[in-house]
Amino acid sequence: MNQLSRRRVLKGMLNGAAVTVGLPLLDCFLNDSGTALASGAPIPVRFGTWGYGCGATSKVFVPKKYGAHYDLPEEIASWAPVRDHVNLYTNSTAILDSAPNKNHFTGWVVARCGIAPSGGVPGETIDATVAKKIGRTTRFRSLTATASGDTTNTYSYVNSATPNPAEWSPLKFYTRLFGPEFQDPNMSSFTPDPKVMVRKSVLSAVMEQTNSLMKTVGAADRARIDQYFTGLRQLENQFNQRLTKPEPIEACHAPGKAPVDPQMSKEVEAVRLRHRMMTELMVMAVACDQTRVFNMGYSAPFSALVRAGYPKPHHTCTHEDPTDPELGYQPNASWFTRRTMEAWVDFVQAFTKVREGDGTLLDNVLIYATTDVGYAKTHTVDGMPIFTAGRAGGKVKTGLHIDMKGGSPTAVGYTALRLMGVDLPSWGTLSNETSEVMHEILV
Amino acid sequence: MNSIKSSSTTHREPIAPWLRGGMVGLAAAFALAGCAREPESPGTEPRVSLVTTEQYLNSLRYIFGPGIELQIQFPPFERTEGLLANGAAIAGISSSQLEQFQSAGATVAAQVVDPVHRDFSIPCKPATEDAADDACATQFLSKVGRLLFRRPLTQAELTAFVESAGSGANTLKDFYAGLEAALEAMLLSPEVLFVVERAEPDPDHPGRLRLDAYSLAARLSYFLWDSAPDDELLAAAESGELQTKKGRARAVERMLASPRLVDGMRAFFDDMFEFNLFRTVAKDPTIYPDFTSVTAEAAREQTLRTVIEHLIVEKKDYRDLFTTRSSFMTPALAILHETPTSPGWTPYTLPPDSPRMGLLTQISFLSLHAHPGRSSPTLRGKALREILLCQHVPEPPADVDFSIVNNPDSHYPTQRDRVNAHSENASCAGCHKIMDPIGLALENFDGEGSFRTQENGVPIDASGELDGVKYNDAAGLAQALHDNANLPRCLVQRAFSYGVGGAAGKADRDFLTYLNERFAADDYRLHELLRSIVLSDAFSRLRQSESPVLDQAQAGDQT
Repeated sequence: MNQLSRRRVLKGMLNGAAVTVGLPLLDCFLNDSGTALASGAPIPVRFGTWGYGCGATSKVFVPKKYGAHYDLPEEIASWAPVRDHVNLYTNSTAILDSAPNKNHFTGWVVARCGIAPSGGVPGETIDATVAKKIGRTTRFRSLTATASGDTTNTYSYVNSATPNPAEWSPLKFYTRLFGPEFQDPNMSSFTPDPKVMVRKSVLSAVMEQTNSLMKTVGAADRARIDQYFTGLRQLENQFNQRLTKPEPIEACHAPGKAPVDPQMSKEVEAVRLRHRMMTELMVMAVACDQTRVFNMGYSAPFSALVRAGYPKPHHTCTHEDPTDPELGYQPNASWFTRRTMEAWVDFVQAFTKVREGDGTLLDNVLIYATTDVGYAKTHTVDGMPIFTAGRAGGKVKTGLHIDMKGGSPTAVGYTALRLMGVDLPSWGTLSNETSEVMHEILV
Repeated sequence: MNSIKSSSTTHREPIAPWLRGGMVGLAAAFALAGCAREPESPGTEPRVSLVTTEQYLNSLRYIFGPGIELQIQFPPFERTEGLLANGAAIAGISSSQLEQFQSAGATVAAQVVDPVHRDFSIPCKPATEDAADDACATQFLSKVGRLLFRRPLTQAELTAFVESAGSGANTLKDFYAGLEAALEAMLLSPEVLFVVERAEPDPDHPGRLRLDAYSLAARLSYFLWDSAPDDELLAAAESGELQTKKGRARAVERMLASPRLVDGMRAFFDDMFEFNLFRTVAKDPTIYPDFTSVTAEAAREQTLRTVIEHLIVEKKDYRDLFTTRSSFMTPALAILHETPTSPGWTPYTLPPDSPRMGLLTQISFLSLHAHPGRSSPTLRGKALREILLCQHVPEPPADVDFSIVNNPDSHYPTQRDRVNAHSENASCAGCHKIMDPIGLALENFDGEGSFRTQENGVPIDASGELDGVKYNDAAGLAQALHDNANLPRCLVQRAFSYGVGGAAGKADRDFLTYLNERFAADDYRLHELLRSIVLSDAFSRLRQSESPVLDQAQAGDQT
């Protein structure tokens, strides 16, 4: 291990060395860092996503400077406190090949599935792929939340017909995470609950029924029942965990009391408040190792967020707000983007507030943030920004602005997959397929 | 681009009013003589459908009583061919959703066995409360299991649940705790959460398949009641009566006469009218301070009440829903109607000179198909075409430049001026001409559905056109829609899809034509349409495919 540095392997790969040999080695290196928990177990590396609707206005969004210490144009001026934790990838293109440009859909689907859709979501999203790798042992395989107040606003799909519904109520989310079924890893005493033992054993009867049902249905339905069976396994896993004394986790400080649900309006300030509340809960769920995969949606692709006193919601505004001749852009549409970027800052900062090991929680996560279009006014899917935050356990360099040169966002997604230990030789289809990791962001 | 694709599978000419009367008589004569023959149809796929939140709740309320409290909300299925219900047969359950079902099941099971409910919900008492009692557990679990699984449990299934209850009771030294655990597991069972349709050979048509009796009972019940079959319907399935013509007719008449038909039809129209959107509709409070989430919920309720009263209680012509002046009023809507009312819901008849007439002028349609801060002729026209006429309006081209309609140098005082800009661009005009003229007739109603005569100080011109019929106001549009031949056909198509759990296809064309003719002959009354659908061979026939046939061993094993 010492004779072969990660850099050397990557360099070899880039020079055309046998990729099939290089990849397992890459995983091996990528997984070896991270400071240890008090128990001696390494701090887990987690994966998250963040999604928002309606892109950006390149003119006031894309920094002039590439690499480190990039400048912060107006739309991302709020990033100053987190810039050095964030990599900004501009000028990416969701490549259509022969697929249609499905407005406000194709862009995020390419970024999250690697496939330009011709119908609905073509398959599992990147978080579901990662969850299969790193989400099996935690209480929740993944967690999905939205600030928009609408459970259907999700960017996470287990397969084309199965979205992961988004948690939308802070109170409900709290109850699910830290309600009576939460097992505090730092509690002083532990007694397994006999009721849970009974529940667990009863579950096996359901599993048997499921197995016999699977034999009587057609292939497509069998796949659906099989997926349901995966859910049963996850429940069994949850029961098992409740019967086992958890390892203490220093960073875990579960909120003491349930929040009161705020107003569910679509007004931007109300959304920002909900986003903060949901983020706080999500961050603590990650810190308490309840999940290692998480998704937060700030706004939907057809963002319906509203600005008080302004007659059009965000999405309509992007199409109908006239371009100001002096500014050279749509001031109202840009207003929504700016508020969105402030929410992104809230999200990133929340991870820096939790101490973990020698650093913060953010050091041990990688957050992959996507949108649905480049320029919303004309539904373009080129010029799309992508951003990531966090160092994935010290494996990722941060604070960089990178020009994607019109390439597919799958390059960032694929790199994230490999960082999470997903051993895929490539990701995406047709022109969005890639088998190259982005070496410039790796430590 | 400039034509609409009708997703209706029928393209018959509208029936002229003078002809209609004659046809009614003729059809009645045919029916009497037994001549109104159903065309051959290939049948539908046997489906494995995920239950909806409402179906799950309705079934639990029937089984355990209305006192069971449960707050669950699952995301709706993906809307396919106009209906969320069509998504049930492809939807899967993610781990996080199953977790929610588990926790819902646990909540229900705890309530069923708690001291308050147990006397009502459990038909026996254990010999002792601190140990297993297999006899009492068997009695309870077989009764409840039959209703939850929509068929008797097999001996093996029942034994597994009773053993679970027993070992739980002995471990926890509590009979009811054991029963609770077994019930919790039962509520999580795959055949409770999925409605699995099974095929059997059709003795009346050798070589063909039909739904088995229990699957037929479930299809009937979810369609008409939005709930699992009740005890009586299961008994009819059990005895074989449901598979006879007379027995099926008897069961259907009972279901159509039951108050539970209201649940079923509310669910159907809620789905067809896309009222799930009400969950998230919001108006800008600075522009429409009177429109709150209470208003939205009331608007939905007003329309559903109007529909149920008109179609179910008064058994009137479906088309007249769009011209009726009868409705219901509640304070939250009275503000927007500028009319006094009493608390709760009261029947309300619009004055004869009211600009409102029919469902299109109710707050539900007007507010749902508008922007948060203004009306939208385009959205209203699109909704009318897609929801009520089952037509498909193409999406705007990806590279459309919306600045054409938002020229900053000019000010459009009215929505008419704004949407007229669409016609200046060929790529917009094609599609907008099939939407905007419809919606413009509703311009006397703003984004929340309140009446207005001016916009930005300019009088509103509410003239428009629907498929060649011109009119000057909302009442004219209402009449044009009423007379549009695709209006009843669309209901027929949606009702059939909803009933069989999947979109109608080309192969169903003849059958839909037959239904359309029957519906016309029956004066467009919903009961008759439902009866035609559920008593048809097409409703219970299954396609020869990868059908899950209940194997004989399992069938013979039923207790």
